[in-house]
Amino acid sequence: MPERLREILREPFRGLGAVLYKEVIHVKRDKTAIFFALLIPVAQMIILGFGIDTNVRQIKTVVLDQDGRRQSRELIDRLRNTDTFRIVGHVNSDRELNEAIIGGKARVGVKIPVDYSDTLLKHGNAQVLVLIDGSDSSVAGQALNVSTAIGLDESLRRVLSAGEELPVEMRPKLLFNPDSRSPNFFLPGLTAVLLLSVTTFLTAFSIVREKEKGTLEQLFVTPVRPMGLLLGKILPYFGIGFTALCVILLLMRTVFRVPIHGHVVLLLLLSLPYLFVSLSFGTLISTKAGSQSEAMQMAFLIFLPSIFFSGYIFPRETMPLPFYLLSFFVPATYFVNIARGIILRGAGLSHLWLDALVLLAMGLGLLLLAAKRFQKKVIAT
Amino acid sequence: MTRDAAIITEGLTRKFGGFTAVNNVDLRVQYGEIFGFLGPNGSGKTTVIKMLTGLLPVTAGAAWVDGLDVRTEAETVRQRIGYMSQKFSLYDDLTVAENLQFYGRVYGMPNGKLRERIDYIVGTHGLGPYLGRQAGKLSGGWKQRLALSCALLHEPKIMFLDEPTASIDPVARRQLWDLLFELAGQGITLFVTTHYMDEAERCGHVAYIYFSRLIADGAPDALKRLPEVTPPGTHRVEISAPELTRALRAMRELPVVRSATVFGQAIHALVDEQVSAGELQEYLKRHGVVITEVRPLAPSLEDVFVQLTYKHQEEAEMAHA
Repeated sequence: MPERLREILREPFRGLGAVLYKEVIHVKRDKTAIFFALLIPVAQMIILGFGIDTNVRQIKTVVLDQDGRRQSRELIDRLRNTDTFRIVGHVNSDRELNEAIIGGKARVGVKIPVDYSDTLLKHGNAQVLVLIDGSDSSVAGQALNVSTAIGLDESLRRVLSAGEELPVEMRPKLLFNPDSRSPNFFLPGLTAVLLLSVTTFLTAFSIVREKEKGTLEQLFVTPVRPMGLLLGKILPYFGIGFTALCVILLLMRTVFRVPIHGHVVLLLLLSLPYLFVSLSFGTLISTKAGSQSEAMQMAFLIFLPSIFFSGYIFPRETMPLPFYLLSFFVPATYFVNIARGIILRGAGLSHLWLDALVLLAMGLGLLLLAAKRFQKKVIAT
Repeated sequence: MTRDAAIITEGLTRKFGGFTAVNNVDLRVQYGEIFGFLGPNGSGKTTVIKMLTGLLPVTAGAAWVDGLDVRTEAETVRQRIGYMSQKFSLYDDLTVAENLQFYGRVYGMPNGKLRERIDYIVGTHGLGPYLGRQAGKLSGGWKQRLALSCALLHEPKIMFLDEPTASIDPVARRQLWDLLFELAGQGITLFVTTHYMDEAERCGHVAYIYFSRLIADGAPDALKRLPEVTPPGTHRVEISAPELTRALRAMRELPVVRSATVFGQAIHALVDEQVSAGELQEYLKRHGVVITEVRPLAPSLEDVFVQLTYKHQEEAEMAHA
């Protein structure tokens, strides 16, 4: 009886071992594919890790100082000392100030009126014009906030007498990423996108290639069952995807010095359902695509939402409702949350089990769908 | 009706939407036979194979392979058949040995048994020197031989070969046929599709499918004796003439000549029986055409298929009118 039971359980996966044997040889022979599978993530990490800094600092600023006395020079020093502004020049007229911004020489123009010092001495209302180039929203936002804050600060300093305390003081504290380092923010999310690109593309290609060559048809006249075939195809790329993840994490930790606050083992464990989803997705694509270029285009269809709607770059909370709802269907959303949770916030399984479960369900659903489509569309044509 | 045949179809039909690819086909292929399945491209040959191997569902009718209903027991059918397609469908980047290993494992053969079978097949098919070579680097003939070897590993009782010789040279073609005869000698049933008439002549049993209908089915000799092939009152002759094209044109004008076509250095014609060789020469002389010799001729399989196709077309037109 146990023998028969084993037979029955093994039946749906018939051919798994054979396909696995063959697929591993393919992978070993096709070294360029593996090289690129690992090179591309590393290259992307280097570009994003070193090349991108979302913290706006050193905004190019020109000053029109019509006053020129001690008070106005102090104000200019205050601006310079924030690290947000970098004074790149002084101009002598409103026209030049405008020109500097239109011509792109500066993002910010500060005009200190001729009566600035006088008004301050008379305890009047001194007005400083700050022109901000609004064409880049993050730069503009930062310039706006910092210049307003400096204005408030200067005012308070003059209103309060020496030694007097502020009635209300906000003391913000950044948890998890105290220095607001961009790599800390970007790289954990990047793992989601990279894993997706490596595994989805590789699996989709490996099956579509067999379609193109006609070897798939040959397999269908053998006793191989769809599940055996698909799993045999998926497993080697599971290995590659997992290796890629380890490389990515190692680089992230050593080269980019992103601290991992949670457990690496948990992260690796929870990456399995995500890998499963992207691999299943690859197989689903392969049931639809007739050629490798078609598979490529379809893979991009999931690739782009994974970048834009997963919260990897843009916060999901500020998305318009339809996109926010869409983001729930993007697998990367859950893994971005898992990766950031474990790496940055030190989250544990108790915080992330739901994300992992959703991924597992998605992967299972996709794989069953792929197997079904395989049976119906691919075999019967 | 007994199910004691390698392949049986009864009213086998396959429709794709409104198009009928295979229409009401009845076949009976005996064990150990070499069955040649002929027909123009798109006539439904491959569709029949796909239904018999369980790749395509049957729309109507029924089919049994080795006594198993392909509609319900396709999984078991696949264990007992081998399939070789016209397109080389092995893995180019795997070596000959690895391809064999893979196919053996696909059929779930135990290791010891598989090793034994590989040794045997490699020995009989002469693959020994190529074991370590990648399949993609073999010549066309050797690729086909490897494909055949892979399809034979699990000792199938029935082999389906879809145009196995479509793209290989004459020597390789002959060698492959020698192998096929050997297999038939071992009792394996071979279901072979082909375009080559000489290959059809080698088969013990042929069938011809035309526009999704079976229009001929039987042993080549029996088909050649069919009355439709040589209608009563006519006989076949081979005619030699110095100017073949002129002679052909002249003959086609003659009412006593039912059909005529050039074959190599001679004309093959279907002529009224009462017209003697001398009379034919006389007729043509009057048209200024010289023919040197008239010999009686047995019909070829090509003649058979041409004749049956004409007949079928006429019937179809009549039915249409």
